[in-house]
Amino acid sequence: MNYFSLFNLPETLTLDTHVLASSYQTLQKLTHPDKFATASAQEQRIAMQKNAQVNDGYSVLKHPLSRAQHLLSLRGLVIDHEQHTLGDPEFLMQQMEWRETLEEISSDEAALEEMQTEIQANIKDKLTGLASLFEDEHSNNEDIANEIRKLTFIYKFSAQIDAQLDKLDDF
Amino acid sequence: MALLQIAEPGQSAAPHQRKLAVGIDLGTTNSLVATVRSGQPQTLPDSEGRALLPSVVRYHGGEKTIGYPAQAEANQDPVNTIVSVKRFMGKSQDEILATWPNLPYHFVQQSHGVALLADGKSRNPVEISADILRHLRDRAEASLGDELTGAVITVPAYFDDAQRQSTKDAAKLAGLHVLRLLNEPTAAAIAYGLDSGQEGLIAVYDLGGGTFDISILRLHKGVFEVLSTGGNASLGGDDFDHAIVHHWTTRWGLSESLQKAHYRRLVSLAKATKQALSDGQSITQTIELDGQSFDASLERTEFDDLITPLVKQTVKACRRALKDAEVSADEVLAVVMVGGSTRVPLVREQVGAFFGQEPLTSIDPDQVVALGAASQADILAGNKPDNEMLLLDVLPLSLGIETMGGLVEKIIPRNTTIPVAKAQEFTTFKDGQTAMMVHVLQGERELVDDCRSLAKFTLTGIPPMTAGAAHIRVTFQVDADGLLNVTAQEKSTGVQAEIQVKPSFGLAEEQIAQMLKASMANAKDDMQQRMLKEQQVEAARVLEALEAALDEHRGLLSEEEFAQLRQSMDTLAHVAQEQSTDAIKEHIEIVDNASQAFAARRMDISIQQALAGKQVQDI
Repeated sequence: MNYFSLFNLPETLTLDTHVLASSYQTLQKLTHPDKFATASAQEQRIAMQKNAQVNDGYSVLKHPLSRAQHLLSLRGLVIDHEQHTLGDPEFLMQQMEWRETLEEISSDEAALEEMQTEIQANIKDKLTGLASLFEDEHSNNEDIANEIRKLTFIYKFSAQIDAQLDKLDDF
Repeated sequence: MALLQIAEPGQSAAPHQRKLAVGIDLGTTNSLVATVRSGQPQTLPDSEGRALLPSVVRYHGGEKTIGYPAQAEANQDPVNTIVSVKRFMGKSQDEILATWPNLPYHFVQQSHGVALLADGKSRNPVEISADILRHLRDRAEASLGDELTGAVITVPAYFDDAQRQSTKDAAKLAGLHVLRLLNEPTAAAIAYGLDSGQEGLIAVYDLGGGTFDISILRLHKGVFEVLSTGGNASLGGDDFDHAIVHHWTTRWGLSESLQKAHYRRLVSLAKATKQALSDGQSITQTIELDGQSFDASLERTEFDDLITPLVKQTVKACRRALKDAEVSADEVLAVVMVGGSTRVPLVREQVGAFFGQEPLTSIDPDQVVALGAASQADILAGNKPDNEMLLLDVLPLSLGIETMGGLVEKIIPRNTTIPVAKAQEFTTFKDGQTAMMVHVLQGERELVDDCRSLAKFTLTGIPPMTAGAAHIRVTFQVDADGLLNVTAQEKSTGVQAEIQVKPSFGLAEEQIAQMLKASMANAKDDMQQRMLKEQQVEAARVLEALEAALDEHRGLLSEEEFAQLRQSMDTLAHVAQEQSTDAIKEHIEIVDNASQAFAARRMDISIQQALAGKQVQDI
């Protein structure tokens, strides 16, 4: 299933989220089971299946990470649900540094906020890099996959910072 | 926008006939039925003008009493008077007794969940709920003067699959065609949204008798999108009453046996006290128990202290729901208050303080859910073909299956927009393994024991392979009502197993059929005639819709496909003239199969056209 074509969108990593949301609403109005409440069982079934695809497509396209994974799968490489260790020593060092810092500042709200800003900037950089990798048709799928794996880690790390901030909030 | 339903002018039997559809709020404490009349949703009152029907059923001397009379008799006959049966829907006996150890009922463990013994007969919560629904159906049909086309029934957003399924079963048993199960807070937002035309984020705080829900919704261009839901399926205003009773009995040092003997009376008094304290600052009163007088006075401040922990819990759930929706409290445009318990001043205060604004209370909090459900029922029944409003709902609790070590692998996370279908692959654990058990669970925790078990089924006939070689694809499909269907398939052989998830705490399909049959035994001939008529109408509808579709999109079919479809349609038209219900049913199915690809292609074409049209508009 190519979700970009379902939503009638170009196959690119950078995406106008307003256009995506508007396509989603159009598709919902055409396929939602409520629009078929008095239709035949067959139409209801078809609508439900199509609507499930629309919902799945929207959830995949909405987030840059799953969007990137989907783009890569369209290029022939599937990397979700994998157990894969990265062999990039530089990135591993970076990870370790981040983790250590997070531990040190775990009860300092301002420092956590600052770190989150840094991580968000890092995510933005990675996404820009990925977008140009996708645009180049000569890019190696494995290279793209590795960038996505790094991004996956960074997103997870960002969520950890958020979780820590929430913990502080609770007191 | 039903794709295939285009009737020729003058062809449909009664083009402007309104379909009678109702919204039913099947509440823990009270239930209501409402419908849209002259464009306005309104509740349908009983002969004495009362909109509320207390969710109380008394079984006595082979008869049943429902509503106010049952409530009035509850104190004299607590064992046979079932109050707030909704709490027991989709629950096991252990769960019920763990939450409410002081109930006066005789519970009976059954193969499918629990039953209550009253008036010498055991009935399960689905049957008791069906009695309430049937009462409301009768009231609506008497008031509207005709049979109902369908009903929208509301459920707490927090209801899991077993509870939703039980609700749907109860409706079926009551002879209601369910157009949709609708989350209560969403229904409330519809009631307010349609009236005021708001756009933006809305929080719906619903504190009823026995359940608490918080939903965060986004209203945008006629689309109601549920961003997140949370709450607690066993926290409500009844707990306020119990807290008051506990406070009194502790103060009096009342013995356990006296407590048990007079519990119902104490709860009634506590409820009245709570209501009095919504306006007053204190109440002075006494109660006589076995000839002894006890001081049952209460100050507002004491009451506030008693319920503060409960109210705090609800505010905590609000914070979590906002977080799940990835929004903050100050982005919320309006807070809708639902449920009688939101009349408690402390609740309004605390909710107002958390969201930093005065909550909306202009629509009666007891009626708002039924009114919203009625609006949605009117739309779903097709009475408002031009209506653009669309309601997107989410899955309230994550769904997953058991994996090695008693862990739950989540397949569909909570707050995913439904309908949804997700598949995941699993493999065998041992060499030569030929069967695999699929254990379906719902909940947020990681351990199987902490989640709700929905169903277990076994996929058999897997060819013997080395461990890890088989590819078993488990597919979860959740429909718009939030009900789950699971299939498992071994990929290399195509061996398949499927289950409509229900057994753990619900009723099996045959049981429902059996009960329906029993209730209609005396009207048997009538029933058969009705079923034949229904099938004939359905056949005519299928054929008419297909003719219209063929006029428009004949080109989507090859000559061969067209010939095959045409032939099946001709046969159906012929069979529909005769008197065999089964034969008509069978041929409708044949036509369905023959037109399946056609219907799917039509859907695709309409999507392509709509998106292309939109792009032109965008430029």
